[in-house]
Amino acid sequence: MGKTIAEKILSAKSKRDVKANDIVIADLDFTMGQDGTSGLAIRAFEEMNAARVFDPARVAMVIDHSAPSPLEGVSALHQQMRTFAGNQGINFYDIGDGVCHQLVPEQGHVVPGDLVIGADSHTCTYGAINVFSTGVGSTDLAAGIISGKLWFKVPETIKFVLNGSLPRGVYSKDLILYLIGDITADGATYMAAEYTGQAIADLSVEARFTISNMAIEMGAKCGLMEADDKTIAWVKEHSKKEFEPVQADADAVYAQVLEYDVSNLEPQVAQPHTVDNVAPISAIAGTPIQQGFIGTCTNGRIEDLRIGAEILKGKKIARNTRLIVAPSSRQVMLQALKEGLIEIFVESGAAVVTPGCGPCVGTHNGVPSDGENVISTANRNFKGRMGNNKAFVYLGSPAVVAASVLTGKLTDPREFIK
Amino acid sequence: MSLTGKVHKFGDDVNTDYIISGRYKFKTLDMRELAKHVMEDLDPEFYSNVNEGDFIVAGKNFGCGSSREQAPLAIINADISAVIAKSFARIFYRNCINTGLPLIECDTDLIDSGDELEVNLKDGILYNRTSGLEIPITPLPPVMLKILSEGGLVEHFKKHGTFNLD
Repeated sequence: MGKTIAEKILSAKSKRDVKANDIVIADLDFTMGQDGTSGLAIRAFEEMNAARVFDPARVAMVIDHSAPSPLEGVSALHQQMRTFAGNQGINFYDIGDGVCHQLVPEQGHVVPGDLVIGADSHTCTYGAINVFSTGVGSTDLAAGIISGKLWFKVPETIKFVLNGSLPRGVYSKDLILYLIGDITADGATYMAAEYTGQAIADLSVEARFTISNMAIEMGAKCGLMEADDKTIAWVKEHSKKEFEPVQADADAVYAQVLEYDVSNLEPQVAQPHTVDNVAPISAIAGTPIQQGFIGTCTNGRIEDLRIGAEILKGKKIARNTRLIVAPSSRQVMLQALKEGLIEIFVESGAAVVTPGCGPCVGTHNGVPSDGENVISTANRNFKGRMGNNKAFVYLGSPAVVAASVLTGKLTDPREFIK
Repeated sequence: MSLTGKVHKFGDDVNTDYIISGRYKFKTLDMRELAKHVMEDLDPEFYSNVNEGDFIVAGKNFGCGSSREQAPLAIINADISAVIAKSFARIFYRNCINTGLPLIECDTDLIDSGDELEVNLKDGILYNRTSGLEIPITPLPPVMLKILSEGGLVEHFKKHGTFNLD
């Protein structure tokens, strides 16, 4: 009987022949924590009476969620991370370096076939480059960086076969929002998702990250894709590590196989206050918008900034509307500067902030006011997510955000795309 | 391990931002302080209405969203004895086991706010004293029972130095 990608990676890393629902203890290739979770992980590490991490080269800590620090308490957490990272000699990324899920693949830490945990729920992002990566809590991370291992229940897999090609003005963000709206916020709980088909093959690796990033929003443990030529070229450009891609067997057993034709998909928007409350743009166009945000581990990459800048070029955002842009890493910011994208954003009236999570998680950099509507490229729109439980957060592609801040209302970006 | 207390009932898809908002979790590692804000965005009076040993009861997909361990820790520090739901999100589920917060999967349609429950985790029995109904519980897998029974993953590592789950 054949195996899914998840079954193959967990078999290799546990050195056993395992299938869905088995429980394994497996070797970790890489581990990561951010500033919202590392403090508790360091506390657990100390309480577990550990002295050293299992392998400093396989551990990273990233200050991105609340960076630069807006508060004394946060500064103390950041200082604790700097001290721990210095003492242990692990990979460390400080304020302004970028979002953890941009940095981990960009800096070449993970390659196809790896097993990775991160103390951040969007760790599933690296599934786009054929990595079994999943989010865990701080205590799991502490156990992982001490022992180099973690226990896993081998997940069943839902396979999404995405046929056809996305129309002009419709992006990978629209596709993943559509899928989440279709199968709902717990449609894939405890399971791995595999995304395949012509629509995935057509996408750049950057655009694929957006899809895997949001696998958790359907409850999935990871969002896996097979490695094709694009993946292999991208990984070789970013990492010197040797790797062996893992493909699913033709006779692998899936919990479900769902087929879609994406050829007629229109831009999609998740409405307040759940990610699965999805509507096509045509159904909600005209909703007033006070703030837009382009950035995050979902859509803060260079291609995303290009998409936003192309729509904003030579135009001004609407009166009484704000736009915040947070490039997802220092490298992305530098590239955007070289290409003149930052100039386009600033001239259009945007506030460009430090590479990192920006206002996504409500700690700083643009907390909306009571009753305001925000259109964001992030992955969550829960009540209070951006720091005010009386605000309303909509989620869309960088194109939807750019078009909407130009008009001051939710707008179909195809009106601005030649 | 027998638990008794009153029910505070919530709906489906209670996410970790609702359990403890991101705007608080970055401020401190003092969980007694964070606990004062637990469930605040859904019910501002929640913390002041909880008596020691009470239960949070919810629908499906409880704990979806971020991986923040502050979510189970804030619940524990608000003196809630267990969370009872139709189903749990995966990372939250692991975090509860690792931090020692018991969670119970069962049909929660027959439990209302204010009901008084008696739960025996070892025997897998949930008894609703208010309605007189006994509700079957989905048992925890052995790996998780072992970690939970040792008091969480920190205690497990203190005792064994690494994973010892066989």
